[in-house]
Amino acid sequence: MTTDIDTARAAALLDEAPLASASLFRFATAGSVDDGKSTLVGRLLHDSKAILADQLEAVARTSSDRGFGGDKGGIDLALLTDGLRAEREQGITIDVAYRYFATDRRSFILADCPGHVQYTKNTVTGASTADAVVVLIDARKGVLEQTRRHLSVLQLLRVAHVIVAVNKIDLVDFSESVFREIEADVQQVGRELGLGSDGIADLLVVPVSALDGDNVVERSERTPWYTGPALLEVLETLPAADELESHLESFRFPVQLVIRPQGALAPDAVAAGLDVEAYRDYRAYAGQITEGSVKVGDKVSVLTPGQDPRTTTVIGIDFAGVSLEEASAPQSVAIRLAEEFDVARGDTIAAAGTVRESTADLYAQLCWLSPKPLREGAKVLVKHGTRTVQALVRSVNGKLDLATFNLEGASSLELNDIGHAQLRLAAPLPLENYLHHRRTGAFLVIDPLDGNTLAAGLVKDHPGDHEDERYSI
Amino acid sequence: MSTFITEEPTLVTDAAESKRLSSLDTLESEAIHIIREVVAEFEKPALLFSGGKDSVVMLHLATKAFWPGKVPFPVLHVDTGHNFPEVIDFRDRTVERLGLKLVVGSVQEFIDRGELAERADGTRNPLQTVPLLDAIQSNKFDAVFGGGRRDEDKARAKERILSLRDEFGQWDPRNQRPELWNLYNGRHTVGQHVRAFPISNWTELDVWRYIERENIELPGLYYAHDREVFARDGMWRAVGEVSQPLPHEEVITKTVRYRTVGDMSCTGAVESAAATVRDVVIEVAASTITERGATRADDRISEAAMEDRKKDGYF
Repeated sequence: MTTDIDTARAAALLDEAPLASASLFRFATAGSVDDGKSTLVGRLLHDSKAILADQLEAVARTSSDRGFGGDKGGIDLALLTDGLRAEREQGITIDVAYRYFATDRRSFILADCPGHVQYTKNTVTGASTADAVVVLIDARKGVLEQTRRHLSVLQLLRVAHVIVAVNKIDLVDFSESVFREIEADVQQVGRELGLGSDGIADLLVVPVSALDGDNVVERSERTPWYTGPALLEVLETLPAADELESHLESFRFPVQLVIRPQGALAPDAVAAGLDVEAYRDYRAYAGQITEGSVKVGDKVSVLTPGQDPRTTTVIGIDFAGVSLEEASAPQSVAIRLAEEFDVARGDTIAAAGTVRESTADLYAQLCWLSPKPLREGAKVLVKHGTRTVQALVRSVNGKLDLATFNLEGASSLELNDIGHAQLRLAAPLPLENYLHHRRTGAFLVIDPLDGNTLAAGLVKDHPGDHEDERYSI
Repeated sequence: MSTFITEEPTLVTDAAESKRLSSLDTLESEAIHIIREVVAEFEKPALLFSGGKDSVVMLHLATKAFWPGKVPFPVLHVDTGHNFPEVIDFRDRTVERLGLKLVVGSVQEFIDRGELAERADGTRNPLQTVPLLDAIQSNKFDAVFGGGRRDEDKARAKERILSLRDEFGQWDPRNQRPELWNLYNGRHTVGQHVRAFPISNWTELDVWRYIERENIELPGLYYAHDREVFARDGMWRAVGEVSQPLPHEEVITKTVRYRTVGDMSCTGAVESAAATVRDVVIEVAASTITERGATRADDRISEAAMEDRKKDGYF
């Protein structure tokens, strides 16, 4: 009835480290069935005080109804992330769920990806936007085939940080030798997959007990042989993907729409004193910077399918009435150009001279996410940036064995398969290799009949000009 | 960065951190990107606008997305007939200020026509679904923006940013499209429409910090004021035309504020001295009760209350 106030927590959030400067960090969790992932997520939320009193009460009530913890009692933290009634009734998790919590250093978005049969679909979805992915291993079981599969998917998606949490370390008596063995196995798999070898991703291994909280939020005294940080400390301090990438990448800006009010200015802007005459011919290109940064005065190329790139100069970067000198990914802005080109949605504005020719031949890895299989000769839609084009599947060139990372012969792809394919696009697109461009190298494959998303696509180089044998067809 | 770490992890310093966008700026850019995508890819979007803080933030984001142009879509309000008069007044002033078109779906009209029946408990929130779908269909809206956030509820935590709905407005949690990178797939067939939730990733605290930072006006009942209330279902309920105390329920004057401003018949106030937006930000940061649990009687009906209503076409 009254709002309970925890002023210490408020102070921590608002005063000690001003929230205004806290940044956002997105991470996902992946694991096999029964490795304690829900408990780990519940523990992170609980110990970082993201769980509020009424939620905790509801969970405590259910835990005691179900006799959780036997005589000991206690709260089943896994219930904190138990979503829908359909799932509770069946004791399963059916889809990626998003959770939010903040420490005094960062705000976190957690994509909680269930680990049952649809793990590829869910892991691909969660990992596509993640700065880091936490993969769980049961300390009693060690590295399983499923672990290898998870790590393969993360390697393909170029996730910046992979953290392997060796859970249930309490059930192996906090044994250092068990942990070291698993750690060595993980690093071995990492080397086999090339995880971390490209200088972008890294691979960390942390011993935890989600049930008891060891090394989740606080470092545990029960693992004195482990001198590294607790899981939450790792998540608080790892650089986010855009920090790692933005200075390495060139400016890319898919145009979402053209802002051209032609006199129909916002009444509130006019009331606030906007100079109506000055904005009569206003024309700006709205979008979100996907990579790199841009400054007023920069030379840029406008890429329109079927036309040669047109080069011009950025004369303004606007954001809701504020003129910026510079902007970088992932800011949403509106850009004005020196020349009045005919620029439209689907075009890309890029740093001049940094994009190779657009192409209608698309070589890609496809993570197949639909129960409807992919067959050669299929007509699909490809959504890349802000443009959607028709495409023909010319060939399927094998699928990956995720356990060995070898390419096997296959002429179709089924749900959860990852394979190689060649597509012919109805219009050329400014495609870039996903290895180096996590945004402009990504696309969706869409079913033209019902509009469903069929696959996550990762652009590969054309055969002949790529450097890595493993990616060849 | 070559960081293939074969030893135990070591902590990375925060040097790069200062160059990053703040979390609020990142969330704002994400929301504006989504709003622009929906406007570019749909024929006829509308924004669900109740005068509540989330919808006010949504409208503010829309004005920023299309500045200096007008917001290029109408706003839609499902009026339960039990709304707080000051919120309706705020709604009308806002629409006027921004030169927007307002479409109203009226629960009262459906009751008057006999197409909806008043519930025994007098709560009208669950009755909003029918007028909402009627307004969507008769106006041929193919996308409807909502201010729903994933931190509000377990069901919302699993819903996509673009949520496909069938002819009956129903959400099918088992059959959702994977949402990859920042590539949103809004394709739909005839009869289907999409609910778009651009502030899905915001928390209640983010919303309040944004209201503070952007100096956004809200209806006055979000801030502490004196009001005649009575206790019911563990909440303070305002005395009003549609919310009368029973004989045993004592009416007292308290300093309260509202954390949500829904239907008067089921929205409770919390005791609070938070009279300014800064006070509210501190209060929200410190609060140990979630927003819906504290003030919405309809969510208390069952643990799965929101899930059931969403499946039936509610927001």
